[in-house]
Amino acid sequence: MIRFDSVSKSYPGTTRPALNSVDLEILKGEFVFLVGASGSGKSSFLRLILKEENPTKGSIHVLGQHLNTLSSRKVPYFRRNLGVVFQDFRLLPNKTVFDNVAFTLQVIGKSRGFIQEAVPDALKMVGLAGKSNRFPHELSGGEQQRVAIARAVVNKPAIMLADEPTGNLDPATAAGIMTLLERINLGGTTVLMATHDAGIVDQMKRRVIELIGGQIVRDELQGGYQTQTVPTQGRIPHPGASKPASAAPTATQSPARPMTSPSSQGEGLDA
Amino acid sequence: MRLGLILGEVGSGLRRNLSMVVSVVLVTFISLTFVGASILLQMQIGQMKGYWYDRAQVAVYMCTEIDTTGNCTLAEATEDQIASVQQQLDSPTLAPYINEVEFETHEQAYENFKEQFADTTFEGIITPESLNESFRVNLVDPEQADVLIESLSGLAGVESVEDQRAYLEPIFAILNAASYTAIGVAGLMLVAAVLLIATTIRLSAFSRRRELGIMRLVGASNRFIQTPFILEGVFASLIGSVLAGGAIVAIVQFFVRGYLASTLPLNTSLLGMEEALLVVPILIVSGAALAAVSAGVAISRYLKV
Repeated sequence: MIRFDSVSKSYPGTTRPALNSVDLEILKGEFVFLVGASGSGKSSFLRLILKEENPTKGSIHVLGQHLNTLSSRKVPYFRRNLGVVFQDFRLLPNKTVFDNVAFTLQVIGKSRGFIQEAVPDALKMVGLAGKSNRFPHELSGGEQQRVAIARAVVNKPAIMLADEPTGNLDPATAAGIMTLLERINLGGTTVLMATHDAGIVDQMKRRVIELIGGQIVRDELQGGYQTQTVPTQGRIPHPGASKPASAAPTATQSPARPMTSPSSQGEGLDA
Repeated sequence: MRLGLILGEVGSGLRRNLSMVVSVVLVTFISLTFVGASILLQMQIGQMKGYWYDRAQVAVYMCTEIDTTGNCTLAEATEDQIASVQQQLDSPTLAPYINEVEFETHEQAYENFKEQFADTTFEGIITPESLNESFRVNLVDPEQADVLIESLSGLAGVESVEDQRAYLEPIFAILNAASYTAIGVAGLMLVAAVLLIATTIRLSAFSRRRELGIMRLVGASNRFIQTPFILEGVFASLIGSVLAGGAIVAIVQFFVRGYLASTLPLNTSLLGMEEALLVVPILIVSGAALAAVSAGVAISRYLKV
């Protein structure tokens, strides 16, 4: 489903790579947590899967496509197989819940009939069936994230990428979102979630991949946010990874992204 | 569905950016009017040249008793001298350049002179003998008058060889200068128009950057993303070009056909509606193409994947 072969990514102007020869394979139907401190390369990892960035070295295969050689004309069609959720929801403030979800389908040319069918289904699945005519600012944070998830899954993607989807939410609401993601995963969608939320990772007991300084230091099935056990799975490329407990970051690390609410960005230009 | 969506996006973009759209309309209007005017001027010059050069001749003036310039020494050109010029004109070197030769005698010159200055009194001052006999030569290609001037002006009994086109040169020089000025102004204005369209489209894209981000994320094709913006630019500049086309038609109708035709004595070679209607589609097509290209370039950086 997703395969990284000794992938490195360096941004111009810095000698320290964001990802350093990462080898990884994620199979169909897996639920994977991606943990690590800010700047450890989680976001670069997700951006590489989305082909928003190209790797400096190594090759990436996603859904049978070799991303290094995928022409930019085909990238949009490739992305239709991926659903993405962000910490800051990224909803369109001037569109209703229904229109926010429908927008995704409209811009990829789906028919009106298909949209009328698929959008209510997706909203029902995330538990917002009665709120399709509300505007995002009328919803709570958890509900806004549910809209974003509905938008990500409405086109039935094979892979769902979530970049700290619970980062802006209280623990109870976050738990609700996780239940939802779990349900989506049970439906056969591969879920890859970058997170700082130790409680969630510890509770879910799913595969955990930990990044430090652009390297995979731990790849555990049914792992926790931090672990004292010796790694049980994965090809560990560097000797430093054999002592993960000492190298792992503390759980109190602050989130990578500053808190931004979507309704307060660039308001002046929307008038 | 998709078409409706795209047109809806175009409409909302135009409404959101109304002041910028109006300025794009005005700038394209003015710049394309200048472009049209310079094309019309060039057409006018071409038409006048065609008209006048056909009538312009090379005149070979023979000496009279009172001439001292050229090869003259106060002696009338002899029969032999006239014959030798005629012979030169008929010779294989010059004949290919020449379309037609007429010889104008003293009497004919006098008749022409009388006709031209019928309302002045000159009897007694001007006699037939004081007017030059001349060969009037129509050339195949009026540009090659120099060949004649070179080969004939050295002959005995020839006072001077004149290319009548030279009298028209100053007029064409003025018209040319006017046309180049118009092209220069048009060029500057077009640069401004292109930059303004690009800026307008960037602003429009910036105000919709959140939608653009989501479109890219969920896999809207590049064409789908850029089409509304390109249409927005093309629409604004099309209004400007249609206005410019209207201005060009009005200029020809009211200024050239109306004012100039009634003031200038020779209206045979002025432009008409036909030329104006030829310029209008050029303006509209080039306005739309410029807008499409500059909007496409402006939006392309929002499409990088």
